[in-house]
Amino acid sequence: MKLEFQLAFKNLFGARLRTLLNVLVLSFSFVIIIFLNSIMDGWDQQAQKDSIEWEFGEGHLIYEKYDPLDPYTILEGHSKIPLNLNGLTPILDHQAFIYPQGRMMSVVLKGIDIRQSVLKIPTHILKQSKESFPVIIGKRLAESAKLNKGDKVQLRWRDAKGTYDANTITIIDIFDSNVPNIDNGKIWIDINKLWQITGLENQASYFIVKDDFNKAAFPYWKFKSKESLLKNLKELIDQKKAGQSFIYGLLLAIALLAIFDTQILSIFRRQKEIGTYIALGMTRLKVVRLFTVEGSVYSILALLVGSIYGVPFFIYMAKSGFPIPPADQKMGIALADVIYPVYGLKLIFSTILTVIISATIVSYLPARKIAKLNPVLALKGKKQ
Amino acid sequence: MDFTNKRHIINFLSFLMSFHLFAQKSSEQALKIIQKIDKNMFAKTQVVTSEMVVYGKRKKRIIKSRGYSKGVENNYTEYLFPEREKGTKMLKLGNRLWIYSPSTDRTIQLSGHLLRQSVMGSDLSYEDMMEERKLSEIYTANIIGNEVYNEVEVWVMELIAKVEGLAYHKRTIWIDKNKYVPLKENLFAKSGTLLKSTTFSDVKRIDSRWFPMKMNYKDVLKSGNGTDFIILDISFDTEIPENYFSKNILKR
Repeated sequence: MKLEFQLAFKNLFGARLRTLLNVLVLSFSFVIIIFLNSIMDGWDQQAQKDSIEWEFGEGHLIYEKYDPLDPYTILEGHSKIPLNLNGLTPILDHQAFIYPQGRMMSVVLKGIDIRQSVLKIPTHILKQSKESFPVIIGKRLAESAKLNKGDKVQLRWRDAKGTYDANTITIIDIFDSNVPNIDNGKIWIDINKLWQITGLENQASYFIVKDDFNKAAFPYWKFKSKESLLKNLKELIDQKKAGQSFIYGLLLAIALLAIFDTQILSIFRRQKEIGTYIALGMTRLKVVRLFTVEGSVYSILALLVGSIYGVPFFIYMAKSGFPIPPADQKMGIALADVIYPVYGLKLIFSTILTVIISATIVSYLPARKIAKLNPVLALKGKKQ
Repeated sequence: MDFTNKRHIINFLSFLMSFHLFAQKSSEQALKIIQKIDKNMFAKTQVVTSEMVVYGKRKKRIIKSRGYSKGVENNYTEYLFPEREKGTKMLKLGNRLWIYSPSTDRTIQLSGHLLRQSVMGSDLSYEDMMEERKLSEIYTANIIGNEVYNEVEVWVMELIAKVEGLAYHKRTIWIDKNKYVPLKENLFAKSGTLLKSTTFSDVKRIDSRWFPMKMNYKDVLKSGNGTDFIILDISFDTEIPENYFSKNILKR
């Protein structure tokens, strides 16, 4: 095997420009595959972290008639807080409308216990406010409603009996979160105030659960762990990953096609050499192995060349991050304005293996022809 | 207690009594007026051909329809114009509402949150359209003033909900003293914030009653000109086939 490698390196270095071009194309695929996957992994980690910190906590305990994905369940989707549910953060959702600059916008009033610390939403600001009707909103709602900190806006809602009520709310803070679910069309208010203005005293739609939550069964309330709440997000990212694999699949295919082409050309042009190897005592199998190794060595060289420019690039990206255009951040999924790639060992080794194995396979396929060559004709240099 | 103090107390009590009697009288008179308005505005049956003018930011939309009502519970409306809405049918039976769309050939029942949606982009919600209970049944009325509104002598009446669960806790109505027809109505939230305003105009005599032929509904919190509701033709107490108030009517 050592001989095959020695000969392979010698032959490849002899080929100069052809080897350089093949190696460059393959190394480019290497770097792109690792980079694109690391961005997706970075997004995955960041989105999960943000969703847990801003929205899910360690899970939700949801009233059975409430479906967070169905706004039509908000009206009936709340119930009295059970007595033995101390320590959880209750959230009550209530439909309302705001009228910024004379436009009517549908919003969800989210009443939350302002003493909570389980979510990063800055509810403590509500406690400190001296306004009569203080609320906080996210940057997305602030942007779409053209509202600024300190602005006052009319709010209209219906109480528990269905009678309209209205008042002027004051935006006392605008928080910046990557999780659009807690931001788009959501207004956060002290749950006690929401109970008072709607007459839905001591009611909640769901609870944010802490890690010490005893998962005992509560009638009419269903527990959803953070893993099950994150399922949709993970599925979405996996789907995106699958979509993106088409791009690097195409890149890899181009690089492999170049290797395949080179191999075919080598076997066609180097028939005298092949005949000499066999005449000197090499078996056909050994010659096939030599040519296959030559092809595989492209991937090893590509790995080395890719590392020369890839590693500094990866380090730079890990530090500065990958900026996401503002338009993409409005997709409705947890997406930061900058994504920091994550280079996992699994990702790096799986990419190396994929490229080496696929390069070996495409090198082997044309090399099989050697086994069928007539060594005498090959030695004479007659094309077969 | 000296004589002066006693006199003050007697004066105060007699003031309270006269105020109470005045309030009672005002309330009784208001109730009678409301009942007369109800008599004017409601009939056993009504067939109305109307145009709804929805004012947008740039242009206005006109939606023409014909509605058949029986009492206050049952209503059937068929949209005639524009082409896009033509054939859309709406049936209200009691507190249930169905909409038939010819483009999908499907009937859907609106309930809960859907009833709060705007009717074809207007300032009216389905719920506003559905609330047809007589004012005298659901509000306590009081006359709070006499005014001249658009050169017409009017009573200004305040209505406070006496039934729980009404959309509007308080209404103020300007009522034509001679025709017993509302000329303006303001609808208030529980907090006292004015939410909607309706103006009634072009009052015409139809058979034995006076009826406003043009109404403008305006969501006061929203900018814009609101929604006009213009009655092109109306007839009261005419025979309407029974099948108009059955779900079978909701077909192509």
